[in-house]
Amino acid sequence: MFEFIQRFFGKPASSATAKERLRLVLLSDHLSLAPDVVEALKHDLLEVISRYCEVDVANCDVTFEQREKQVAMLANIPILSMRSRPAPPPAPPPPPARDPDPVPGAAPRPPRRKRRKNLTGSTAAPAT
Amino acid sequence: MHEMLQQEAPAASAVPRKRGRAIVVTSGKGGVGKTTTTANTGAALGALGASVVLVDADVGLRNLDIVLGLEARVRHHVLDVLEGHVTLDDALVTDKRVPTMRLLAAAQTREKDDVDTAAFCDLISALRDRFDYVLIDCPAGIEKGFANAIAGADEAIIVCTPEVSAVRDADRVVGLLGDGRDVKLIVNRLRPAMVRKGKMLSVEDVNGILRLPLLGVIEDAPDVIVSTNRGEPVALDPASPVGESYRQIAQRLTGTLTGVPEIPREKSLFEKLFGGRK
Repeated sequence: MFEFIQRFFGKPASSATAKERLRLVLLSDHLSLAPDVVEALKHDLLEVISRYCEVDVANCDVTFEQREKQVAMLANIPILSMRSRPAPPPAPPPPPARDPDPVPGAAPRPPRRKRRKNLTGSTAAPAT
Repeated sequence: MHEMLQQEAPAASAVPRKRGRAIVVTSGKGGVGKTTTTANTGAALGALGASVVLVDADVGLRNLDIVLGLEARVRHHVLDVLEGHVTLDDALVTDKRVPTMRLLAAAQTREKDDVDTAAFCDLISALRDRFDYVLIDCPAGIEKGFANAIAGADEAIIVCTPEVSAVRDADRVVGLLGDGRDVKLIVNRLRPAMVRKGKMLSVEDVNGILRLPLLGVIEDAPDVIVSTNRGEPVALDPASPVGESYRQIAQRLTGTLTGVPEIPREKSLFEKLFGGRK
């Protein structure tokens, strides 16, 4: 409430700024500490996109960038051609759980760490 | 509190005791109060009658002795013991104020790389056979000194101040400690007035990120600086509110106190006017 009034009248309280800065920096830290997770994410991402388009796998690039208010996932995936008929998705589609099971056939994911679920950015994939 | 001390020295027992607890006090970031926390938690545990040994793992930057006021009594250090120059008993410094407490000082003129991790681990294990509590004061950083300090510990106390740098480093250290240890949090140097004005991260803010069981909260109070100046642990001052916070931390460790730790509140105008200490 106090914070709200402060926001209304001007600059947010510095503790709120500190909290937000921490959220972003920790998200970036955790992403850079978990290259295997990022690799697994890239693998899955390409698998999904490949159902619709033929992609240039060798020249794909997935990175994370900390911006002012969020951490963004940037994917640069060159498309070679569209598939005339998209390949059917593997059945059944995974439920929208926070911790979905690995896609069958995908590379085994590394063990998940605890305590990290509250640190995800609005547009980024979960950090772990 | 220290009237109820027992005179019996822990080293005197002939048969090894039940296995004591080895707790590393760590933070990642320097200057957040690891040494002060180790000294006061140890003194408070000792004042409760527990046998406790404080091990300074900050080889090259020895400080636990001076914070405890025992700097003039240190004759030998941890590397003297590890290299077989003296026995463990020769190196343990006693403290008249807390008869059940011992200090094992760090070497000041040596480097952290001189300490063999496995040997240090064995030393901690040997201490656990003799003391109820082995508190290890970890150096700042996450290099060799950190690896040595955590190696023999099955529990950890994370000391974190309400600052973005300290929280980030604490988060990193929690990750490095892994899942095998019981990790608890002490929020140090809280300023309740600044928290109320929204100018400082609150305990909830800090622990919303770290998500650790809270062992205690220590207010940023002049008592701590004054007691460190004198080499008298504030935990032994019955009149000090911060000392009481440390005593409660000790009671939480022994299990005699449970429930959510008290978060220091802002002083009233009366307390501000008349509560000052020299």
